[in-house]
Parts: sequence; structure tokens; C-alpha cells
Amino acid sequence: MKIKSTEIVDTFAEAFKMWASRIIITAQTSDWALAAARSMTGFATSVIGCKCEAGIERQITADSSPDKRPGVSVLLFAMDSESLGKRLVERIGQCVMTCPTTACYNGLQSEHSVVVGGQLRYFGDGFQISKKLNDRRYWRIPVMDGEFLVDEKFNVQAAVGGGNILLLGKDMNTTLRAVKAAVKAMREVEGIILPFPDGVVRSGSKIGSKYKALIASTNDAYCPTLRAVRQDTSLAADVNCVLEIVIDGLDEAAVREAMRRGLYAAAKPGIRQITAGNYGGDLGQFKIDLHSLVDGQ
Amino acid sequence: MSLELTLHTSPQVPVEAENISPDKFAGLTIAEIETLSVMHGNEQLTLADFFKVEGQTGAEIHLQGDLSRLKYIGSGMSSGHIHIHGNTGQHLGAAMSGGEILVDGDAGDWVAPDMSGGRIQIKGNAGHMVGSAYRGSPVGILGGEIIIHGDVRNEAGHGMRNGMIVVGGNSGDFTGVDMLAGSIIVLGKLGIRSGAGMKRGSIVTLQAAAMLPTFSYACTYQPTYLRIYMQYLKDSGLAIDEAHISGNYERWSGDAIELNRGEILLYKD
Repeated sequence: MKIKSTEIVDTFAEAFKMWASRIIITAQTSDWALAAARSMTGFATSVIGCKCEAGIERQITADSSPDKRPGVSVLLFAMDSESLGKRLVERIGQCVMTCPTTACYNGLQSEHSVVVGGQLRYFGDGFQISKKLNDRRYWRIPVMDGEFLVDEKFNVQAAVGGGNILLLGKDMNTTLRAVKAAVKAMREVEGIILPFPDGVVRSGSKIGSKYKALIASTNDAYCPTLRAVRQDTSLAADVNCVLEIVIDGLDEAAVREAMRRGLYAAAKPGIRQITAGNYGGDLGQFKIDLHSLVDGQ
Repeated sequence: MSLELTLHTSPQVPVEAENISPDKFAGLTIAEIETLSVMHGNEQLTLADFFKVEGQTGAEIHLQGDLSRLKYIGSGMSSGHIHIHGNTGQHLGAAMSGGEILVDGDAGDWVAPDMSGGRIQIKGNAGHMVGSAYRGSPVGILGGEIIIHGDVRNEAGHGMRNGMIVVGGNSGDFTGVDMLAGSIIVLGKLGIRSGAGMKRGSIVTLQAAAMLPTFSYACTYQPTYLRIYMQYLKDSGLAIDEAHISGNYERWSGDAIELNRGEILLYKD
């Protein structure tokens, strides 16, 4: 199956059940909100090494933010709700509360929640103040520019992590252009993030390693430099660069839509194939078949 | 459809009508509602002695007529809606824990003593002791919202422990006296000695106010939480300008004769 001249490989992306939260960060200006959001989503590319995955979902206008200031929506994912709660306390405490003028709100509707502001309040050393409006409790924590306002609880929900597509291109520049186009198109979808640098990962991994201490290692079947030494290389002779986009979403539909848009945006001359990473279907709870994403299938 | 109670006989003395409540009406027919008791002075009568009852049971309750001598309407209610198309008497919504009461006119003294939840909105004025602790009790309302679009008289929020009282007009003296926590927002002028004896909690006013000597100026800043509260009040129909949402407020801490953890926020234009 092809989109234009690019072959869509008959395979599937194997994705996993994760837990997600949506964090709304507001500030006096959009620059400060973005500064906090960038800090909060730093070092959050993969649960394997970072304990969570996070990214900026979108910017929010003052009109639609909780306190009528400009803001940013961040999605944060972890493998279970308990771990997610810990990451939220760490990252909101260290990256949002520290940033001038910010406030931080729950942005998700869900029946599950974790206590965040209710723990961060202790930073107030007894001077913190609780406010409750419409059954929603906020904490006012005194800080050096005034007060940091944070929701007592943040909702969490079951989500999908690890959706992916791999772009197999004839050279680096062609593949970079295609992957940038794909990222731009995918980021239009609400409810997803692309947790790697500017949405792209070059160091795709496989499970396991010859070194016992490592649980993952380089995806050698997709490394062009190893084509001559790997009998089971996945790369055709004219593929010299592979880049991957990983997608985490609040639900499977959002991940599928992002992948679909990515396929169409990335299918350009010089992109030989678009495929997806999986583990044979034995590990992940979700299998997203690439062909099912192509229109008319 | 709604359940309509229309006053046909004005009481000569105050009537205690705590049976006018969605909780008390639940599961009753109109005939049964008509037989619910009320105390007319020291005389026990029925609702039918004062009201014509018609409409659909289990729906929103609408009260018509001058009810300024009817006390305890909505007492103890936990859910449902009461709409009073006129004035009402004392102890409106006493001990209510949920639901909503809307009054188109004025309310008497002691609005919502012992309230723990729900919402009361009064389009006119209210009397003394709105959301206050009963005499002898150290604790006023425990939660809920009381929004009064007009003025209130003295001791609004006396001893309140949680919840929110909003006054669209002016408040009387000793607003928030002995307050334990919660929020009082006065869009007009605060009466004298407001916040006296308060331990915690917030009193906010959009006008200049005379501070007790036991309150100390802390800073002028933009409280983020007030942006949310002010927007909420604007959405509730109160006269809130953009400047009130995003503007500066002076923070005064007090009362120093108590914990000194309360605050009075004065809007600075």
C-alpha cells in the first residue's frame, strides 16, 4: 500500500496502557507560562529513563484559561496513577511553582485523581491558605512574588503511550524535512503529545541488550550503519536515515488520528517507507495497524 | 412544570415554615403538602391556611406573595430549588446543606445560620447576621455560598468557618467578626470594625475601608485566586469590572489580637 510514492508497511504500532494528566499552567504573560511548561516537560522523553513522558499539548488564550491569563496545556504520562501523582508533585513543585507569576490547575475531567496541591502546600510552612469554590479546593502558597495558586487535586485517567511511526528515507535532509512536516501535522490533534525533542527520536530502541544491566538497547535492525553486519536488517539498500515519532495520547482515537495525519504529512518523495515499531504484539495492550489508518481502508 | 405556592392569607405574626423545603415535600402529593404544619405564632396551622398549592410535585418550588413574615423557608434542605418571587423573612435556608434558593426581593435577618452547603442568591437586601453563628455558638456557616446583590446589615459572616458570602452593595459593621475561615467579598463599602477577632479567612472589598489598629499592611499585589473568584461573581451577575479581576489589592493581615492569619484585601485602582 502506498501514499503517493511512499510505501506504508503492513505492520502495526504496539502501544501501551499508561496514565495521564492534563496540567494547565497560567502566568502573567504567555512567555512565563511557556517557560514553566518547557521546564516541566524537560527530561521526560521516555518512562524507561525519565519515569514519565511529558509534552506541551497547546497554548491557551487568556479567554479560555481558568484565571483569564495566558496559559499552556501540558500532558504528563506515567505507567500507573501512583507514579503519575509523584511526578506531578515533583515537576509542579520544582518547575512551575518556581517560575515567576505562574498558577497551576487540573485540566482533565475524570473520576480518578491524585493529591498535588495538597502536598505542595507544606512548602508554605504553615502560612499556606486554602480556598474552596464550587467543591474545588485551591492552595495559596506564599512565594517571593506573591502567591502560587495550585489545585489541591489533579485528575488522572487511563491513556495510551507509545504509538509510533518510523520514517525510512533516502538521506538525512529528506527525512528531516518529512519528519518536521509530520510533527507539525500531528500536533494539531488535541489530546496528544510527542515527548521526544521537537517530537522526533533518532535512537529508537529494542527490548533487551547483550548487557544484562540494560532493559533496552539500540534498534539495530533500523540502524543504516549496521546494514552490512546485521543479517535481519529492516532497511532496504537505498535507506540511509530513519527517524521515529512517538505519540502519547489521552485515548486510542487521538493517537490513531495523530498517526494518520503523520503518515500523510510524511509521505514525500525520498521517503521510501513508513513503518511502525512493535514487539510482536506480546507486550502492548493496543495494536494500531498502519493500513487501517490510510483513507479508504 | 413547577410547584407553585401562592400566599392567599398574609400572616398577622411571624410564621415558622421550615416545612417549605424540597426535602420535606419529597414524595408527597399536593394534598399532603397542604397539610404540612406551620407555626403561626403559638398556633399550629397548615400550609393550606396560607397558601394555594398547585402544579407538579417533585419540581422546583416557586413561592409567590409577600413572605417577609415567613421564617425558616428552605430550612435543612439538601437538594432541589426554591424560587421566592418577592421578599422573605428570617432564617432563610437555616442549616441547609445543598440545593439552591433564589430570592427576587429582600431577606430578613439570620440568612442561612448553620449552613454547610448549597447556594442562596438574594437579588435585594438582607438583614443582620447573614451566615452568622447563633448567639452562644462559636462557629458560623461551614460551607456553601450566599450571594446578596444588595446591602447587608451588621455581623455578616460572624464566626464563619468556611464557604463564601458575597455582598453586592454595602455591608454593615463587624463584617466577618470572629471569622475562622472562608471568604467574604463586599463590592461596596465595609462597615466599621470589619474582621475584628478574625483568626483566618479573607475579607475582600472593592472600596476603601477603615482598618482596625490590630491589622497591619503587608503588600500590594495581584492575588491570583481572586481572579477566579471575581470571574465567578461576574458570571453570577454581579457588577465586576475587568479591573477588579486583574487589578492590585492591598493585603492587610489581622487580627493581631488573635492568630493574625486572616486577611483583608482592599482593591487599589
